[in-house]
Amino acid sequence: MKKGKLKFAFLILAVFSLSIVLSACQDNMKKEKVSETPTTDANKSLEPTYGGSIVVGILQDLDSLDPHKAVAAGTKEVQFNIFEGLVKPDVDGNLVPAVASKYDISDDGKVYTFTLRDGVKFHNGKLVTVDDLIYSVKRCAGLLDKTDKSIVVEPALSNIQDVVKVDDKNIEIVLKEANTELLGYLTFAIIPKDYKDEATKPIGTGPFKFESYTPLESLVVTKNEDYYDNKKPYLDKVTFKIVANTDSAFLELKSGAIDIFPYLTDDQANQLADTFNIKTGNMNLVQALFLNNAVEPFNNPKVRQALSYAVDKKAILDMVAGGKGNTIGTNMFHAFSKYYEKSLDKVYTFDVQKAKDLLAEAGYPDGFDMTITVPSNYQYHVDTAQVLVEQLKAIGVNAKIEQVEWASWLSDVYTNRNYQSTIIGVDAKLAPRDVLERYASTASGNFINYKNPDYDKILDKAIKTTNDDEKVTLYKELETLLTNDAASVYIQDPPLLVAVNKKLGGYTFYPVYVQDMASVYFTK
Amino acid sequence: MKTKNINFIIGSILVGIMLVFVLIGIFYTPYNPNQMDGSVKNMAPSFTHFFGTDNFGRDIFSRCMEGAKTTFLVAIITVSIGVIFGTVIGAISGYYGGILDEIFMRIIDVLLAFPSILLALVFVSVLGTGTFNIIVALGILFIPSFARVVRSEVIAIKQLDYVKNAKLMGASSLRIMFVHILPSTFPILLSAITIGFNNAILAEAGMSYLGLGVQPPEASLGRMLSEAQTYIFSAPWYAIAPGIIIVVTVLGFSLMNEG
Repeated sequence: MKKGKLKFAFLILAVFSLSIVLSACQDNMKKEKVSETPTTDANKSLEPTYGGSIVVGILQDLDSLDPHKAVAAGTKEVQFNIFEGLVKPDVDGNLVPAVASKYDISDDGKVYTFTLRDGVKFHNGKLVTVDDLIYSVKRCAGLLDKTDKSIVVEPALSNIQDVVKVDDKNIEIVLKEANTELLGYLTFAIIPKDYKDEATKPIGTGPFKFESYTPLESLVVTKNEDYYDNKKPYLDKVTFKIVANTDSAFLELKSGAIDIFPYLTDDQANQLADTFNIKTGNMNLVQALFLNNAVEPFNNPKVRQALSYAVDKKAILDMVAGGKGNTIGTNMFHAFSKYYEKSLDKVYTFDVQKAKDLLAEAGYPDGFDMTITVPSNYQYHVDTAQVLVEQLKAIGVNAKIEQVEWASWLSDVYTNRNYQSTIIGVDAKLAPRDVLERYASTASGNFINYKNPDYDKILDKAIKTTNDDEKVTLYKELETLLTNDAASVYIQDPPLLVAVNKKLGGYTFYPVYVQDMASVYFTK
Repeated sequence: MKTKNINFIIGSILVGIMLVFVLIGIFYTPYNPNQMDGSVKNMAPSFTHFFGTDNFGRDIFSRCMEGAKTTFLVAIITVSIGVIFGTVIGAISGYYGGILDEIFMRIIDVLLAFPSILLALVFVSVLGTGTFNIIVALGILFIPSFARVVRSEVIAIKQLDYVKNAKLMGASSLRIMFVHILPSTFPILLSAITIGFNNAILAEAGMSYLGLGVQPPEASLGRMLSEAQTYIFSAPWYAIAPGIIIVVTVLGFSLMNEG
């Protein structure tokens, strides 16, 4: 009897204490909001100050510290702060001289001349020489006597025939075939000649110096005092903290452990709007339901077209991005407006009946089962997948989501192409060629196994031509081919929702996928 | 005697409520649990949506029904696997003893030596994620505890006079094992099952919470909790609903077990 009563009392006590804890949480929240408001108003319109350290959340571990070996977009966005190329992209999408102070392209598009900027120093204190430039270019272009095999030479760079030293200030890059787009590829890092420890202690010329790296934890960089732009950087130290997913990043933002986090979901952004500055930009990614064109049933173009008709892109945007972001109709994003064929947006309008008809024609009147492999660290893609699964049910396609670790996504899906479909965002350099080149039949980045001889021919022509108008037309033709073949189900260029600590200013968006910390500063 | 009844009654009521909840969920849910509706995202509980809606505008009440069904199903199958294999292994090794007993028990010792969640993680990473694989993984994990319980009971009971009598009368070993001994282990086995069921529910919720169990968009209680954690401040009902269901169920079974 006694024992029973005691238990019962405990039970009631437990329930009560739980409700007290919960209500206490809510009280705390309200208090936070109140105390934050006055400081925000005081923050505005204040001058940048030097010093201070911040923590930036990133979603994936780095695949290599060596800038020439890294392939993941998530690695390059961080390395942007440590390394610089001959040229680099600026906020408006232009290529501006970086380690080189000026460049000159010969009229026939075959010789690029670069002049080394005066007084650029590596992080180890040594002055950059033309030999370092030549070494770096050759290393990336696979022209060294002993080039590391793990450096993937991009097709655009394999066009380089030789790199010649003109004098102590100038180098010439000589091409096999004329190409006016090469500049966009010369953003790769300039590193010291014959430096062996790039993969463990990377040395570059960027605004920040490498300090330490702990796998799966963080990358720490400190201010480069010798940076040639003596106004930048403002911060003394930036820690890139690797977080498991947007959920944990969100909690860390709440607790104040992270100052900047770029990949919020729309709901999270709304919740943080009171305590953080929320900035909205574009990710400049092609997010799509990428279909493996080599496996059943996606080897049939009709099936791929059916899926394209069955997907309501606008609804996806409303659901996962709160209506922000842009839908896309082909493998290009709106930032490259000059090259974006706008009419392709209207090729696949949401039409369930048409999708069903196409499926029936293809021999799947009752639909089929499919698996969507999604990297679990990108909540945005997982959310998109969930909405897609619902939409595909309307045409009888029974999709199953399989979440995988980022590392296994890279090896299984991207490298080994052992998958049926996946949702991911594909990034690009500041050259439209980079967006489209991966779909050449033999391209190493062609993870969807798209094969179309016409595409290869037009791509070849587009790369070789030096006439800009012709180039634009040919690129648009390529986009049209991709869309008409429904190589994949193109969905959107996701909005980039960034939470920035209210004490910070200067956060800027780039038309490429980078996080520039050199312009970030504390306001007092 | 009386105290036991109170525990048992409260426990049964709680479990009963949950069973009714799940049973109704099998035949009827107010909304399609996976139906998304952009116009009612993150709505607070109301008369149209008893538990509110989630970030996709899905009805949380319907998803709780669906999720509880999944979780219960996983728990029931998992425990069944554990009971069936555990009983057979336990009975054989307890009854025959000797080298057979040694082999079985050492294998089980090895299984028990690892933290169960770690072992489940290993299974899942080998087999892949998904509902079926989680059932297999957890099922294997539940065998040792049942095998041990049954074995010790069988060892105790086989010394009793009525078993010896049956032996003298020439009953076969199998008959003695399964007709004479096993029924006597049921009271102990039953309480082991209720504890096991609780553990299975928590294990499934834990694995799905980690993203290794049931895959989205399917609902399970753990999966819902995991999805809800981002919204704990802005939409607390999202986390509270599946949380309460887990608490009530586990509490119910624990109280029943005590009684």
